[in-house]
Amino acid sequence: MSKTVVQTPISDTDIENLSIGDIIYLNGYLVTARDEVHHRFLKQNRELPVDLVGGAIFHAGPIVRKSEGTPGRYDVVSIGPTTSMRMEANEKEFIRRTGIKLIVGKGGMGSQTAEGCRLYKAIHTVFPGGCAVLAATCVEEVESVEWLDLGMPEAMWVLRVKEFGPLIVSIDTKGNNLFEKNRLAIEARKDVVVKEICRHVNYFG
Amino acid sequence: MDKAQARITFIDTIARFTAYTSKHLPDDVRTKLKELGNQEDSEMAKIIYTAMFDDLTMADALSRPVCQDTGIIQYFVQVGTHFPLIDEIEDCLREAVKKATALAPLRPNAVEVFDEKNTGNNVGVRIPWIEWELMPNRDDVLIYCYLAGGGSSLPGAAKVLMPLEGYEGVVKFVFDQISSYGVNACPPLLVGIGIAGSVEVAARLSKKALLRPLGSHNSNPRGAELEARIEKGLNELHIGPGGFSGKNSVMGVHIEQAARHPATIAVGLSTGCWAHRRSLIRIDASMGYEIISHRGATI
Repeated sequence: MSKTVVQTPISDTDIENLSIGDIIYLNGYLVTARDEVHHRFLKQNRELPVDLVGGAIFHAGPIVRKSEGTPGRYDVVSIGPTTSMRMEANEKEFIRRTGIKLIVGKGGMGSQTAEGCRLYKAIHTVFPGGCAVLAATCVEEVESVEWLDLGMPEAMWVLRVKEFGPLIVSIDTKGNNLFEKNRLAIEARKDVVVKEICRHVNYFG
Repeated sequence: MDKAQARITFIDTIARFTAYTSKHLPDDVRTKLKELGNQEDSEMAKIIYTAMFDDLTMADALSRPVCQDTGIIQYFVQVGTHFPLIDEIEDCLREAVKKATALAPLRPNAVEVFDEKNTGNNVGVRIPWIEWELMPNRDDVLIYCYLAGGGSSLPGAAKVLMPLEGYEGVVKFVFDQISSYGVNACPPLLVGIGIAGSVEVAARLSKKALLRPLGSHNSNPRGAELEARIEKGLNELHIGPGGFSGKNSVMGVHIEQAARHPATIAVGLSTGCWAHRRSLIRIDASMGYEIISHRGATI
């Protein structure tokens, strides 16, 4: 099976045939943006220092270190995804206002983001959680860093990446939501399981 | 060794031990992940486990933290009352965290409350978090290091139930939390449950439960049976690695208890992610060390 590789800048046609559960890889630019970047842009109305039209953001707070012998340059040590659900309240608006096409994160996102993906043609994908060295080896270079005053985890790190993945599509441009489907299946199984355990826990005698 | 030299050695050992913890999973967790990974037959679950094992191999080869979220650093100290540095341990641990942060490097994660500033070195008000137990008539110290990541701390909760809600209430509480938050917390999870009379005791015991080695059991036969039942039940939710569905949901379920008040049943829940970075070191009175959690490890 050949690898599906998506390249930034991403167009609608690059992603509209992708469905939940598909696996892709990313070439080009990936910019970290998590809680504080969303907050500063949407709640404090600060202009974003990076143009994200057709771009990809990464819910991640990396470990970076200064490159030895090259002032002002950085190397990524470890960079795995963070919990995407924390950005749920802001993501639809973030997609609308920035023009991003691809979100990389961990775990699912909710119905608002799914709606944003459907309306503005974007996808949410998951990089395997915790696999931060694996991800770091897909980063070719740290091109720049913005808003470093937010601290290392919260700053915007502009990364040039090569075959960054595996990225599993969790929300597609039709608004289908893999984790929401899984969540409903888990909920459905839960009641039966809990009932069975509760038959055995009357310790009061 | 004089005291000044002992102090330098102790700080250096803990700094290297802490950095090591971020880069290598303990033996029991590695073994369990292999066991769970081998049981999976869906393509997606296999892809996730392959990524996890590739990551562990690379972290080892490149000497880098397994996960970028190296957590808030917590130490659980069991100190012999005759340990030569007993008066200085807290100060030494704070120094060791600063050193480990630069050495590993660890991600700076300590954000001061109210000031909302990241301190940059993982040391802050009451952080590293330290819990103490005394060991009478001994001159050594046992220190657990635990890197509490944000994602795996999010499912954490505690609640005081009415006794009439019974242990059924405890079971429901655990399943509600794990089924709604567990998916995003990097499963397969280690689930720690504390049962006690008040909320803070239950919460602290739930974290203490995460320190127990995988495969260990609750000291009470009923407790051990409940651990097994909850583990089986959570696995039947089929959360799978990374929340992508699969045969299992958890690496284990550990319960710790304290006698409760007749009028309350408090339950606390803590979770550890698959990258469960928990380590245990023993340091003797002459500052010699042994890493118990990672067989044969040298730092």
